Amino acid sequence: MRRTPLVRGTIPLFTRLWWSSQAALAFPAMTSIATAGPGPGSGPAISLRDATKQFATKSGQPFTAIHDVTLDIAPGEFVTVVGPTGCGKSTTLSLVSGLEPATVGSVAVAGEPVSGIPAGVGYMFQADAILPWKTVLDNIALGLRYRKMPAKQAHERARDWIQRVGLAGFEDRYPHQLSGGMRKRVAMAQTLITEPTVLLMDEPFGALDVQTRELMQDELLRLWSGSGAAVVFVTHDLTEAIALADRVVVMTAGPATIKDIVAIDLPRPRKVEEIRLTEEFTELYRRVWDSLREEVEITRARGASHVA
Amino acid sequence: MSLDATASPARPNVKIWDFLRGRSGHSKLTVNGVRVLLVVVWLGSWELAARSIIDPFYYSMPSKIWDKLVTWFTDGTSQGSIWSNIAVTLEEAVLGFVIGTLAGIVLGVLLGRAHFLAEVLSPFIKGANAIPRIVLASLFVIWFGLGMSSKVATAVVLVFFAVFFNAFQGAREVDKTLVDNARILGAGRWALMRTIILPSATSWILASMHVAFGFALIGAIVGEFTGADKGLGLLINQAQGNFDAAGVYAGMVVTTVIALVAEWLITRLELRLTSWRPPATSAAVGA
Repeated sequence: MRRTPLVRGTIPLFTRLWWSSQAALAFPAMTSIATAGPGPGSGPAISLRDATKQFATKSGQPFTAIHDVTLDIAPGEFVTVVGPTGCGKSTTLSLVSGLEPATVGSVAVAGEPVSGIPAGVGYMFQADAILPWKTVLDNIALGLRYRKMPAKQAHERARDWIQRVGLAGFEDRYPHQLSGGMRKRVAMAQTLITEPTVLLMDEPFGALDVQTRELMQDELLRLWSGSGAAVVFVTHDLTEAIALADRVVVMTAGPATIKDIVAIDLPRPRKVEEIRLTEEFTELYRRVWDSLREEVEITRARGASHVA
Repeated sequence: MSLDATASPARPNVKIWDFLRGRSGHSKLTVNGVRVLLVVVWLGSWELAARSIIDPFYYSMPSKIWDKLVTWFTDGTSQGSIWSNIAVTLEEAVLGFVIGTLAGIVLGVLLGRAHFLAEVLSPFIKGANAIPRIVLASLFVIWFGLGMSSKVATAVVLVFFAVFFNAFQGAREVDKTLVDNARILGAGRWALMRTIILPSATSWILASMHVAFGFALIGAIVGEFTGADKGLGLLINQAQGNFDAAGVYAGMVVTTVIALVAEWLITRLELRLTSWRPPATSAAVGA
């Protein structure tokens, strides 16, 4: 297996200086996280303070997606967010990613208030977001090319990531020639190659079959371990939420706010298929589900009243 | 190395199967045989009818059209050699096509992404599109004279709108997830345009280009009709003036062949630019 030595931290320095003054300011914090992990004095990777997001609707009545969300996520921490369908879990991610500004409250990444897309953020979307007109290799190299890395160097690093996500031999395929699971591997490599310090994932494995999903969860844990990235992983699958997380955040029915935070003290490294059979897991599952059930019932009741 | 699911579906087999059976399940030979038969019956009945029932002076007949074509290509036309006439018309059409397409793509994609501007300009664009643009050919002759530029201008206005609306729509329909993903990965404005929006709109734009070259030819020929010193439109116009139905038909045949060749070239270009698409859907993007 070919492996190019990677020096963590040098790439962001090299490539992101052009990005914005804000990124340049945020940079020292990023290196310290990437090289040494959470050190003394380095604050939360993500910090939401009373964040509220409202959307304008046609009726003129604003629709509140999330309400007063306050949450700190440490560097290197894996947080999963569960909540009833359509409660606004994804909105939280778009606030952190800078794709949507918060209506009220503040959002900060690596101590810097979010305005525009913060440096060091990676986002894996629920839908396929890889470019159908680019090959696997070009898709994975995309982020580096956007950051002005020369093509040769970017492709070399992309090849390394192709190995890591187990796609060797598929470099020249187009996305339509790949299975759903393989496309997710491409998306994962495409996001991780930029070495994000904050990784946002919006039900990334939702569309996969159960076996593939568990495989991908293990792959994610393997690739994430040691990266020092803070992860926010939105899902509606409780097993997935508990198996991956350090903390599970339970959201209320919309407008969503944080109802409960459950610490998951299961030992790492974890094997998703095995860990869910343990007693501790079942106990945690019950604990989270007890909290979530009420909210799911509220959402269901609303759904029923809409139908009626 | 663990790999989920199978790599690629058995496309090649499907392709061979399609090729052998054709869409309807009949062999290619049968389909082509029936096609040839249709042409023979059509031309044969026309020829027979012209020799017995209808007046060939008005309606001409295949053999006369053939003779006319042979004369044009061997002895030349009243306006010099047929090739020089084709060259003039083709030059006008190609120039009009290129200018109109480029303008259509640039403005279409820009307005497709600039929502405010699009909203401001939308009634004017709709109005401009509603003008019977073929009439502009007369205006262009007054403005630009009998030379090539008036024909090019006619072709440009016809091509522009066909491409513009598709480019506009294509730029609008770009998957938002793709745009968000690219922005997160670090794409600036120009990179976003180049790597996401233009490729997304390409299928729409290419679909319109099939129609657009036809429009460019129409523009050139109508322009020549209105007033010119050379070109296929002039040949057709003169044939009309001489009550030479065979000449009109011969002009039509030449034009049709040009259009078919252009269509074939555009299809080749389309296949090249969209090689990333799954084969099954490559024909189904609508204009």
